[in-house]
Amino acid sequence: MASIQLGEGEKTFIIHGICKDDLRSDGRTCLSYRNFELECGVVSNTSGSARLKLSNTQVLVGVKAEMGPPNPLNPSRGGIEFFVDFSANASPKFAGRGGDELAAEISNMLGLVYKNKKMLDYKSLCVIAGQCVWTLYADIVVLECGGNLLDAIALAVKAALYNTRIPLVTVHKDMDGTEDIDVSSNPHDFVTLDTKNLPVLVTVTTVGSGHIVDATLEEEACSMACIVAAVNKEGAIDGMVKKGSGSLTIDSIYKMLTSAKQIGKDLNKSLDDFLSKKGSDMSSKGFLT
Amino acid sequence: MAIFITTPRKRHVCDEFTEPQRLVTPGATITADSDFMRGHGTYMEEDELIASVAGVVEKVNKLISVRPLKTRYNGEVGDVIVGRIQEVGQKRWKVDVNSRLNAILMLSAVNLPGGELRKRSAEDELKMRQYLTEGDLISAEVQSVFSDGALSLHTRSLKYGKLGQGIMVRVSPSLIKRRKTHFHNLTCGASVILGNNGYVWITRTPTEEEEAPDGGFVQNLQPVSDEDRRVLARLRNCILGLADHRMMLYDTSVIYTYAASEDYPVADLLNPDIMKDVILKVRQQLNQEAT
Repeated sequence: MASIQLGEGEKTFIIHGICKDDLRSDGRTCLSYRNFELECGVVSNTSGSARLKLSNTQVLVGVKAEMGPPNPLNPSRGGIEFFVDFSANASPKFAGRGGDELAAEISNMLGLVYKNKKMLDYKSLCVIAGQCVWTLYADIVVLECGGNLLDAIALAVKAALYNTRIPLVTVHKDMDGTEDIDVSSNPHDFVTLDTKNLPVLVTVTTVGSGHIVDATLEEEACSMACIVAAVNKEGAIDGMVKKGSGSLTIDSIYKMLTSAKQIGKDLNKSLDDFLSKKGSDMSSKGFLT
Repeated sequence: MAIFITTPRKRHVCDEFTEPQRLVTPGATITADSDFMRGHGTYMEEDELIASVAGVVEKVNKLISVRPLKTRYNGEVGDVIVGRIQEVGQKRWKVDVNSRLNAILMLSAVNLPGGELRKRSAEDELKMRQYLTEGDLISAEVQSVFSDGALSLHTRSLKYGKLGQGIMVRVSPSLIKRRKTHFHNLTCGASVILGNNGYVWITRTPTEEEEAPDGGFVQNLQPVSDEDRRVLARLRNCILGLADHRMMLYDTSVIYTYAASEDYPVADLLNPDIMKDVILKVRQQLNQEAT
């Protein structure tokens, strides 16, 4: 991540606050999440998009649905691909190819989570088995990087997928048996994706002997290890990754996952509530206004 | 625990806002009169003086310049700054001060631990990293400005030096009001250093017996008490709230915001709607005083 350096005094202050008083520098408890801003349908030339701002972290996700040949191993299934781009505005370290390594790591992680066939109804993305399927390309741009990046990205991806409209296509057979694809000329004919099973990522960061969720950049600088768990709306874990150089005991992993489950459930609930109200918005005038 | 998701906030201009005189945007013609001299933030094109930044036009005799609204820190001699050590080099530290270039702090411009005054020897040079290392925060004063705008700092007073436990927040340097003093011991039990460079340091006011100023070379790493921590967290949220609403930061505005925020628990101040109410109260209070 875009890390910052802290002095010894600052680190001690943050660590004592978390381990001793359950009170973080911004007045939150260890397991409270910040409120965030979310806006859907911000980029007009995508199939679906979302912008999320969590304090100083800002991500923009655009989803583009494209028709193409399927993966030969799964001929009757559509797919999703992730591409992460770090804007050099987020941190000068990302200029040039600076963010590529981290970007590949994040897109791999999302790819692994979304590979599970229970996540999305990939079958419904199939147009003609073996010939033509919808592939979703999720392009993620990190505009500002201020801690808890993975959670923000996963939330924004879920919102953008909810916002995605795929044009309605019909397949009809010609006299000679060849199949033809007809794209509806009415722009209001579209299908949406079922995102109810999609998980969000919850990063649980260990600081000293305690653990926190929704860490700020300063808190991340005090941490040696974190667990990123993909949690769905039932609170079940769909995948997890441990990051950082520090080690964890079985005991603390168990505690961290319990927290992750609870937070993940709450996050999913809040996000689903929000999306059912504002998620199909397409009217935004763009995110610069 | 509920997590609130909101739609993006729209910035509202408050009712009493009066637009400053001679506010220009990049590309705006300031004058077509060729008698004037071109200062910072302007350029000449076809005998017209045009603004290159968004800001306020300032005129000194024949010199016209534009002072930008959003800018990195431009240092002036005597400014109090809070900075973070980036690099330890030959007889100097490089310090991040939110300026275009890193500032430098010479080994000869610091007080040695113990306060002895002497010429710096080769041993002192070897021990530099023990005094200040990468990531450490310091408060300092601007000693001089080089021709390229880089700053040279000094900490040769006991009020400056290494900073211990506390919170640093970053705000825009344009929001720091220039005052006689930038060190404030607030009545709530906390001290703030409002650095001219937009870095604000919040810490607990040291008690009498801890007072012995040593330039911060002896760090107190004892845990801060729960109440103190709450005060510091509240102060942090207040300062960020003020900055978010584009209010000038100085002792009075900070104290008023702190007092107005005491109706709410600390964590609630992260909610933009609550913060807006608090700031509105402060604004009214400050306006009342001004009239």
